[in-house]
Amino acid sequence: MSLTDNAPRHIPDRLRSPLQDRLVSWESLLLAVAIAIFIVNSLASPYFLNAWNLSDATFNFTEKAMIAFAMALLIISGEIDLSVAAIIALASTAMGVAMEMGAGTPVLVLVGLGTGLLCGAFNGALVTKLGLPSIVVTIGTMSLFRGISYIILGDGAFRGYPSSFSWFGQGYVFWVISVEFVIFLVLAVIFGVVLHKTNFGRMVYATGNNATGALFSGVRVDRVKMILFLLTGLMSGLAAICLTSRLGSTRPSIASGMELEVVTMVVLGGVNILGGSGSIPGVVIAAFVMGLVTFGLGLLNVPGIVMSIFIGLLLIGVIALPRLWTMWRKRAG
Amino acid sequence: MTHLKSREAILFGAILGLLLVVATRFPGFVAPENLIAVFTDTSPLIVLAMGQMAVILTRCIDLSVAANLALTGMVCAMINVAAPDLPVGVILTVALAMGAMLGAINGILVWKLSIPPIVVTLGTMTIFRGIIFLLTEGKWINAHEMSPQFTGFPRADLLGMPVLGWIAVLVSAVMLLAMARTTLGRSIYAVGGNPHAAVYTGIDVGKTQFAAFVISGMLAGLTGYLWVARYSVAYVDIAGGFELDVVAACVIGGVSIAGGAGTVVGTLLGALFLGVVKNALPVVDISPFWQLAISGAAIIIAVAFNAQSGRTKGRVILKSAEHAQ
Repeated sequence: MSLTDNAPRHIPDRLRSPLQDRLVSWESLLLAVAIAIFIVNSLASPYFLNAWNLSDATFNFTEKAMIAFAMALLIISGEIDLSVAAIIALASTAMGVAMEMGAGTPVLVLVGLGTGLLCGAFNGALVTKLGLPSIVVTIGTMSLFRGISYIILGDGAFRGYPSSFSWFGQGYVFWVISVEFVIFLVLAVIFGVVLHKTNFGRMVYATGNNATGALFSGVRVDRVKMILFLLTGLMSGLAAICLTSRLGSTRPSIASGMELEVVTMVVLGGVNILGGSGSIPGVVIAAFVMGLVTFGLGLLNVPGIVMSIFIGLLLIGVIALPRLWTMWRKRAG
Repeated sequence: MTHLKSREAILFGAILGLLLVVATRFPGFVAPENLIAVFTDTSPLIVLAMGQMAVILTRCIDLSVAANLALTGMVCAMINVAAPDLPVGVILTVALAMGAMLGAINGILVWKLSIPPIVVTLGTMTIFRGIIFLLTEGKWINAHEMSPQFTGFPRADLLGMPVLGWIAVLVSAVMLLAMARTTLGRSIYAVGGNPHAAVYTGIDVGKTQFAAFVISGMLAGLTGYLWVARYSVAYVDIAGGFELDVVAACVIGGVSIAGGAGTVVGTLLGALFLGVVKNALPVVDISPFWQLAISGAAIIIAVAFNAQSGRTKGRVILKSAEHAQ
């Protein structure tokens, strides 16, 4: 896409020390942004520093972040899944159908996760077995999955989920710590360990950096990608359970446009959209940044669509500013 | 013989087949007046798909077209409310210029800062929609606030077809010539086909991508005015999600998402295919809720088909390496 890969590599005389590296890393920059937003918010609104309000704020990002973890791995491996919000719609619809047939909470959970896995398998098969570009495949399945929801529901809705089902989206584990927030934390740790501490994680990076090279080094590239599509589908199914449980109803328009927020979160977290690099801590901080921005602006009565301007500017700004900075330094030096 | 097997011929056959199936039960659907109506209804999609094609050919993607359309359309409507007597020519110029400017913002970010196009246009998509809200505070501009000449232009009849339809014909014809006969058109193919080779032949890759974004933006701006005038209403969410239909039209028409391959005729047929499906569903009494799933399935089938026919036959030395590239 760009021609930078043709340019000679700049190799420094001495590597930077790990501490120096950590100080100027993307994650610390993001963390500084998050802290700044936190301080500005607590000064701007007297309602911000309240345990219950902050707990409510976490719902702005927990469901998206669950998907964002899997999406981060998928994007690092060089693929993308734009159908995640549509998978939520289809999984939620499937749970609604199961509920109408008298299924209890455990079955609903299985149906939600199973639908997510099936959708992920469909995407993964098209990409790995037929060798199709994932961006087009998932733009297609995005219409297909949500389309099936529309065919089943039309302009109707499913209501009346069993009361035990509401635990996922409305329950609290301890004081203000919601079930969703705990799921988010547990997943953050699991995905962090998988990506940064296991062989599989190294294979994901290798696949994204050089798929052919990885293949000749013994990485089963297609299998890695298939697993990541399945994982993204599974996480979308989980997010569907949480979101459906929180809203208490299913409409075919549920979670519409969420795929863009998930991708924004991943890119904001420092994952290279072209694949090959990124980290889970970055995505976690990005989730907090997006959640805090949305919540803070909400307290100031800023309408949702105006918040989306901030998210859009944030997305372009965090990538553009460092590049402008290097360009400016090159010109000055 | 090669012509018969080409992608365009197959797609053309599919559209004809679709029309025939509908016609066996509802002959009125293929009456000339109705076909013209279907074409006119598909015109905004055709115009946008032409711009999107240029962008995708250069290995980029423009997801902000629908938001650009909505923003430019809203600004045109607001100008019309403020100055009802302004001639349509001025409005058209404003729409083209403003659309081109919004496209140039995308282009500059891709060209000068080399930010991946999908990130840039995801961002500008939400920003453009947000700006409409800031401009209007969420208010609608309705038919009674617009002047008759403003809303009448795209619907005016010219030789049996509304002006809107003729604009789609004109844009397609200009693009057909431009892609085949101008330096920019050939550069667009060259950049997408092989960016490194393009650089060595003296083509500025970034600048060409910038130009493609400006074309796409300009056509989105033009469609913005036409859309608002045709439906006589402007609000934040007009054409919401339409960018995916536009990408779908290109993909169905055989434009390769990897850049460098795709034709104006193919894109036109891709848009028409979606347009015929959309208009035929209510006629054959299938719920319009089926449309989304059908266009999704069409995209997947089209891209699978394109990949099969476009695969280069090389010698496979490692069987399992075939898919990895």
